[in-house]
Amino acid sequence: MRSGLRAFARTHEARLLAVTVLLFVFLSFATRNFFSIQNGLDLLTSYAFPGMLAAGLVVVIVAGGLDISFTAVASIAQFLAVSAIGRYDLGWAGLCGIAIGSGLLLGLLNAILVTWLRIASIIVTIAMLNVYYGLLMFLSHGNSINTLPGWYIDGLSWVIGADAHGNPYILNMQILGLGLSFLLTWLLLNRTTTGRQLRALGGNPEAAKRVGFSTLRLNMVAYGYMGFTAGLASIVEAQVAGSVVPNMLVGRELDVLAAVVLGGASLLGGIGSVSGTFIGLALLAMVHNGLILLGVSSFWIDCVTGFVFLTAVATIAWERRRQRAAIRRTIVAAA
Amino acid sequence: MARFLELRNISKRFGGVQALKSVDLDIEAGEVHCLAGENGCGKSTLIKIIAGVHPPDPGGTILIDGEEQSGLTPAESLRRGIQVIYQDLSLFPNMTVAENIAIEHQRGVRLLRWGPVQRIARSAMQQIGVSLDLDRHVSDLSIAERQLVAICRASANEARLVIMDEPTASLTRREVDALLHLTLELKRRSVAVVFVSHRLDEVLEIAERVTVLQNGEKRGTFDARDMTSRRLGELMTGRSFEHHVMDPLGAPTPPVLSVRGLSRSGDYEDISLSVREGEILGITGRLGSGRTELALSLFGMHRPDRGEILVAGRPVTLHSNREAIEHGIAYLSEDRLSLGLVMEQPIAANVAVTVIDRLLGRLGLVAADARQDLVRHWIGELGIKIGSPDDAVSTLSGGNQQRVGLAKWLATGPKLLILDSPTVGVDVGAKDGIYRIVRRLAEAGLAVILISDEIPEVFYNSHRVLVMREGRITGEFEPHRCEEAVLQEAVDA
Ligand SMILES: Nc1ncnc2c1ncn2[C@@H]1O[C@H](COP(=O)(O)OP(=O)(O)OP(=O)(O)O)[C@@H](O)[C@H]1O
Ligand SMILES: [Mg+2]
Repeated sequence: MRSGLRAFARTHEARLLAVTVLLFVFLSFATRNFFSIQNGLDLLTSYAFPGMLAAGLVVVIVAGGLDISFTAVASIAQFLAVSAIGRYDLGWAGLCGIAIGSGLLLGLLNAILVTWLRIASIIVTIAMLNVYYGLLMFLSHGNSINTLPGWYIDGLSWVIGADAHGNPYILNMQILGLGLSFLLTWLLLNRTTTGRQLRALGGNPEAAKRVGFSTLRLNMVAYGYMGFTAGLASIVEAQVAGSVVPNMLVGRELDVLAAVVLGGASLLGGIGSVSGTFIGLALLAMVHNGLILLGVSSFWIDCVTGFVFLTAVATIAWERRRQRAAIRRTIVAAA
Repeated sequence: MARFLELRNISKRFGGVQALKSVDLDIEAGEVHCLAGENGCGKSTLIKIIAGVHPPDPGGTILIDGEEQSGLTPAESLRRGIQVIYQDLSLFPNMTVAENIAIEHQRGVRLLRWGPVQRIARSAMQQIGVSLDLDRHVSDLSIAERQLVAICRASANEARLVIMDEPTASLTRREVDALLHLTLELKRRSVAVVFVSHRLDEVLEIAERVTVLQNGEKRGTFDARDMTSRRLGELMTGRSFEHHVMDPLGAPTPPVLSVRGLSRSGDYEDISLSVREGEILGITGRLGSGRTELALSLFGMHRPDRGEILVAGRPVTLHSNREAIEHGIAYLSEDRLSLGLVMEQPIAANVAVTVIDRLLGRLGLVAADARQDLVRHWIGELGIKIGSPDDAVSTLSGGNQQRVGLAKWLATGPKLLILDSPTVGVDVGAKDGIYRIVRRLAEAGLAVILISDEIPEVFYNSHRVLVMREGRITGEFEPHRCEEAVLQEAVDA
């Protein structure tokens, strides 16, 4: 157990957690409104959308791929589902079925293209981002949907307590959706054989093939799951926004990617964890929120976010180099 | 004996390279069968066809237990009990030792329990008699340890045929013995073993039959009892190899590198030696005798605790390998698989990488012609068998990859070349080629330190041989004045 702890202390996750906790303590003292349950819930609500996408993206990255098209996928899913419930009386089941179903289908299409074209997945999915976005603009004529059914506007929520002034703490569907996505990702990656096959594929695709793991099938799981989370995320996003604006989501890919990479996932594939991704997301959210509460201008916020990202990536790269050098020494010593 | 596997008329073409030409092969249940042949003759390709990784070209048939297999896949081959230890090991560096060994357990779609994974891995390790930390990531292991993981993985499953593609390349003698023991154990359970190795003595030690391939064609299958390593070498290459000890060095030449009282605690003690221009100094001894550690210190990678290193008579402190390179020292490490070569980069780029600054023309751009000449020169000189210099190193056969590693260092035009086991995994013909090159370089004035645990290698290719044991130099021999057996005894003593 002790050695397990010590091993954890050396991981990227541990370092990231330490930075996050420090920032948390600092912001709690430096600003008036940061340290409150209400602010915590607000943060979770507003980061639910990128967070859910990050939970999907980490699966693709662990499997050695990259998906950039998920914002367009979410936009299409949202548009189709909300159009449908505006016209027919489908209820929650119809809404979720259409959004998740269309997300899943587009994800599977990505998987097939990436596997068959054998072109770098980043290129395929950037192309698909444009294809999906163009398709959406064609279908929607660029028009927003501004009136949602009442039951959808009301959403699902539970009161879980109240502060000293009697203002309720609300557990809403954004927070639930975020929790659900991370739980599913964790189960998939760590508790199913498929999850281990995905990791094997990301670590050494040739070896995975030689063990008889099907690249196509695994890519369909990874990109399909990404599409699934994009569909799910699009539902909670439209609910909190109160409307569907076709060009609202596209452009937010990099925030999501930043959270995953900050969380220690390697774009070379095979490395990435659910806990790391969550901490990465939390750090990004806190930096943003903290700077707003500190009254910093929004231009600087983007700069600082970029800087945090760069520092994290540089530390990861530095750490890997150091480890490799250490390994090289032990290899040579053992020989 | 029952025939487990039959290959009929197997051919394989990769772009412009005909890797296999109409090869037939039978594997009996419970036999130990060796595949021998020069680098690039198609051994690994044949193995990958048996494993279902590559389909054979049309016209070839594969029969397992007498049943014809059309469209053999890796999964089907595994299901039929064919386990392969690949030359590149084919492990998952991002996963733990336990998961790598028990990777077959992850097949299918279901919930995963970690208990069986650990159990499978532990029992496989017990069977081989090794102990590795199950929770370490394979990326943190040495090459020898990785090789053990690959061996454990192959024996974790019920197999009918285990194929080992150069499994011993970087194992210590003790581990090789364990592997040979495993082979016998498999044989006892009537599991067939196909074994590839360039250490011909090792091949003959365990094989019952030997199949020789040359340039993708089968030369024949022979009974191992009637075979000598010399005859096998001739069959593989179509040439015969004579060994002569080196003539003593003529006129005294100035020392290139001397070492006085060099020590590094735990690695080596009180080492004094000197190597002159034009001299080949052999260093031999068992693995773990401190030879590699000493070499690394001479190359600036391990700081010695005490003692002096003199280059051209002047004391130097080597803080890094870059400083060593600046002093004209080159070091070809024994482990070319994990160090030195960038597998996905072209051959040409790999050869030229060490001398890139010397190839810079005006404006700091690499002079393409100069680079091409250099690359062509070394590819010719070392007889590297390639399609085009622009192919990735990863498409080369294992032995040819190692020659690319050698070319890269020779291109730096060093004054002292340290070769650590330069012919591991290299076929007899190419070994001979490498010896010739080294001798020629020495005649041109290069000082060479040749480290090897193959006694004949140092005996026939050095002016002087030092024997190391437990970190100390325990003997010095001049091959032209003594017998090979004397040196052998000094090492075994
Ligand atoms: N995937 C590939 N693409 C292109 N050429 C290949 C590929 N695999 C093998 N070759 C070529 O086929 C030939 C046979 O290679 P193979 O790896 O089977 O040799 P080998 O007998 O195993 O040699 P070694 O002893 O060096 O391992 C070589 O010329 C090699 O360059
Ligand atoms: Mg080979």
